[in-house]
Amino acid sequence: MEIASAPRDWSPARALASRLHPKKVMAKVLMIHPEKCTGCQNCMLACSLHHEGQFRMAASRIHVYTWEREGASVPMMCQQCDTAACMKVCPTHALHRNPGESLVDYEKSKCIGCHMCTIACPFGNIVYDAYSLSVLKCDQCGGDPSCAKACPTHAIEWVDDSISTRSRKKAYASKFVEAFQEA
Amino acid sequence: MTGWMGTILRINLSNGAVTKEPLNAKDAALFLGARGLGVKIFTDEVDAKVEPLSPENKLIFAPGPFTGTSAPSAGRYHVVAKSPLTHTIGGANSGGVFGAALKYAGYDAVIIEGKAEKAVYLWIKDDQVEIRDASHLWGKWVPDTTDAVRAETDDDASVACIGPAGEKLALMASIQNEMHRSAGRGGLGAVMGSKKLKAIAVKGSKPVRVADVKALEAAIWSARAKVAANPVAQGLHKHGTEILVNILNEIGSLPTRNWNDAHFPTADKVGGESLTKEVLARRKGCFACVISCGRVSQIKDPEFAGIGEGPEYEAGWAYGPDCGVDNIFAVTKANHLCNELGLDSISTPATIACVIDMATSGVLPREDWDGLDIRWNNPELIVELTKRIGLRQGLGDKAALGSYRFAEMYGHPEFAMTAKKQEMPAYDARGIQGIGLQYATCNRGGCHVKGYTIAVEVLGNGLRLDPRETKGKPAIVKAFQDMTAAVDASGGCIFGTFGMVADDYAAMLSALTGIHYSPEDYVRAGERVWNLEREFNLNAGFTAKDDTLPERLFKHPIQTGPSKGLVSHVPEMLPEYYSVRGWNEQGVPTPEKLHELELA
Repeated sequence: MEIASAPRDWSPARALASRLHPKKVMAKVLMIHPEKCTGCQNCMLACSLHHEGQFRMAASRIHVYTWEREGASVPMMCQQCDTAACMKVCPTHALHRNPGESLVDYEKSKCIGCHMCTIACPFGNIVYDAYSLSVLKCDQCGGDPSCAKACPTHAIEWVDDSISTRSRKKAYASKFVEAFQEA
Repeated sequence: MTGWMGTILRINLSNGAVTKEPLNAKDAALFLGARGLGVKIFTDEVDAKVEPLSPENKLIFAPGPFTGTSAPSAGRYHVVAKSPLTHTIGGANSGGVFGAALKYAGYDAVIIEGKAEKAVYLWIKDDQVEIRDASHLWGKWVPDTTDAVRAETDDDASVACIGPAGEKLALMASIQNEMHRSAGRGGLGAVMGSKKLKAIAVKGSKPVRVADVKALEAAIWSARAKVAANPVAQGLHKHGTEILVNILNEIGSLPTRNWNDAHFPTADKVGGESLTKEVLARRKGCFACVISCGRVSQIKDPEFAGIGEGPEYEAGWAYGPDCGVDNIFAVTKANHLCNELGLDSISTPATIACVIDMATSGVLPREDWDGLDIRWNNPELIVELTKRIGLRQGLGDKAALGSYRFAEMYGHPEFAMTAKKQEMPAYDARGIQGIGLQYATCNRGGCHVKGYTIAVEVLGNGLRLDPRETKGKPAIVKAFQDMTAAVDASGGCIFGTFGMVADDYAAMLSALTGIHYSPEDYVRAGERVWNLEREFNLNAGFTAKDDTLPERLFKHPIQTGPSKGLVSHVPEMLPEYYSVRGWNEQGVPTPEKLHELELA
């Protein structure tokens, strides 16, 4: 068994914060349920309006892709990875994590526009926007995400990270109940 | 300009000229966009006597000011041309993503003129506009066309196109976008086919600007809350528009077997609840929709296997009870074929119902049956005849002209359940008086959506009226027609109106555009559009005599069920309708009315 080394973004301050303020570490996350997505793109509209004050879909930090033949839609957005590739390759710490938070934060003034983060993200969830000359990075709208509010079918939820998969787990468990009833 | 993009794109397919013109700000303020602006441009530029399938007819695609914004369930575009089916002003709108894509590309309207020498498609990427060869796409069905155009342009391009039906000038041909969404009524796909225009692909990256962000957000959230709390909207999300099958059957106003009756004992088998149970794979929403009534449907029955979208209520009704069919798999399959071949899924099945009625009544000679087993309740027939109509083969070639022309060919136009030669939809005008007046007076012929009085005559949405009563209905019909025209002109879907009222639309429009609209201003814009359309139809040669319904609805009462014995009373309501409209006894808008609406 491999012994995990300390995460590269480990810092005394963060470790202390997690001990002193355990509640802060139990952060909230944006949970996506693709099976509930209807492809309406209200999340993209809300994201763009919140960040830009206009409707410019390329400026949305969340993107919905639809496959019309299969009839499926999937929202794609930053997952604020624990070991975030974008943050690791950022040479100026424009991308960083503040102590006790789950958010990978972006500080535009430190960004040199090298695009390394957009290359590093395996999901393509961080993009460079030539229109605003900056990186488009989900900031969770400062703790009240517009996309989750705008989603009419709760395909995007803003939940405590400790319970983020609970609804999915329970939905799956309920299939056993159905099976028992049929038997 | 906020709300609008400020540019109109004009493409002449005869000489290949592409020009961009500034949007006339006064027209935009008065007619909003989509249906309103489209009809304004069309009536300014095209002679009402134009032959619909000639190069002189124009085809306009227009999103509205709300399109591309998060105004709830308001992401639509409207297509305007003279209809080859009705010869009235033609107009059909569709959701999906295409309207928003046009807007983001920077256009409030795209005007298509002339006729290409050989098949072409358009590729609109922001300011860059190309007319490209489409010879290799001609003959392809809608899904294959969409894939092929995307492969040649952009993976994420939004594509509106016609299928074989539009190419072959079927008068019930639709224009399809995102494969399954349809600007279906009035045969506008045939106009596109007559211009040899196979498809339009669009990708846009421009912003829609907002005059007052805070006020718009507040108005949107207040409006959204009303839609979310509305029971009709909730029902549409749960079971789709097909939820209406059982509701209409229970009151005995579900037209059955080509309107010979209005009650179908096994309707439940093709209703929304059955659809949810048997074929629903997923719920689907158009751009910016907060309801998501769309259905991704997957048919497991091996005989009719397939995946697609729908059916909507009107298609489910027309393929189902109107053809005497209660097989949900066959109904869903036939609906998928309409989308794939590019056919109106109301007129096509209603025409099949007419064919069955004529065959079983002995007025369609057996040698013309094309080898088909034509009878009520034949699931294979509705699927097979849909295919032959879309490809214009055999019996389908004649039926592709719509039920009126088909029945007339055999000397029996009385079998066509049409108003102004367009097939009427799924609400029996004998049991529901207001909707009958809507069918008779609608500017695009037999149509429910442009004056959906069902909301108050059947669903009790905000107000509950007795469907059998005629008193007061003319004013109700006018109110619904005007409000709907305003919603259409701003890019909205009428399903939003189950929750939202004129105050909501006016507040959103004011915040978006920076022009103050009172609720009255908003509805007046709709009345303006309605009157402009009426003027066009009058100039095209229509008169008050055309504001009527098939004789069957006046002389042949409903035979069974709760509405047994009822007939339509449209002729008695018509004079009052003209009067509340401010029209003279011949149904012509008075000079005072035109002046009041700033149309003269």
